[in-house]
Amino acid sequence: MKELSLNVLDIAQNSITAEADLVEITLDETETELTIAIKDNGFGMSPEFLASVHDPFSTTRTTRKVGLGIPLLKLAAEQTGGHIELTSTQRSIDPENCGTEIKAFFRKDHLDFTPIGDIVSTIITLLQGFPEVDYVFKHRIAENGSEKLIALDTREMRIILGDDVPLSDPMVLVWVKQMLEEQYAL
Amino acid sequence: MKSLEELAKIRERMQNKVILREGHASTRVAVGMATCGIAAGARPVLNAFVEEVANQNLSDKVTVSQTGCIGMCRFEPIVEVFEGDNERVTYVKVTPEMAKEIVEKHLKGGKPIAEYTIGAAEK
Repeated sequence: MKELSLNVLDIAQNSITAEADLVEITLDETETELTIAIKDNGFGMSPEFLASVHDPFSTTRTTRKVGLGIPLLKLAAEQTGGHIELTSTQRSIDPENCGTEIKAFFRKDHLDFTPIGDIVSTIITLLQGFPEVDYVFKHRIAENGSEKLIALDTREMRIILGDDVPLSDPMVLVWVKQMLEEQYAL
Repeated sequence: MKSLEELAKIRERMQNKVILREGHASTRVAVGMATCGIAAGARPVLNAFVEEVANQNLSDKVTVSQTGCIGMCRFEPIVEVFEGDNERVTYVKVTPEMAKEIVEKHLKGGKPIAEYTIGAAEK
């Protein structure tokens, strides 16, 4: 993957496959470190699958027996001296608090750090493809003594849009794109 | 600054259009967005289709959707166009520029672009 934002898109789709209706994407950035967290309330993974999920030969897909989503994110983190952490609770065990969280830690000052890239495109792509899901996106950037927070919560948008307008509507996507870009430009 | 009130205006505008839109989309564009597709560059291709369909006012006729891996990863980004009961057209190694051309010639003009299809790639 050329950008970490592409890994985020890929991993977030696992949350949707796991029937999540809320996906929280959080980027926490300092001058030297980056943490990416993707948390969902989907049906979770069994302890056996969780243990095997770092392995490319472990996958939920049916067209072939290789799944590269998590291994690629793990590689991107580890090649900077970072790592990933995975926690999951199965719906069958705890239907109220089920879900999966994946956290990836990166050293930004490492030569092999992959740039975050176009994260706004990733958010737009998720809204376009899976408008029935809610997303909470937060990007905290603490650099040079100042801190900024870029944030989007589709649950607030949905209250206003009602059932008439899906999140995937082109006009809504343009609004989200401009709204996020404005926050980055501040 | 963008405000949530703007979304209320979008909703108002949409409410007047909703009746016209229901059930008329006859063409479906499916972009492969599994790990293989994303790594090969499918995200900007998908976004080019979404933008171009909106720009050309084809939203009532064409829906753009995301699909999984269809098992031909070496041809990604793959885009399939389904029209009514006709058979599907499969475009391979699609770029954002090709996406615009497909919207113009195939979705708008009704003529598939043979040289971009999987049939041409496999020769």
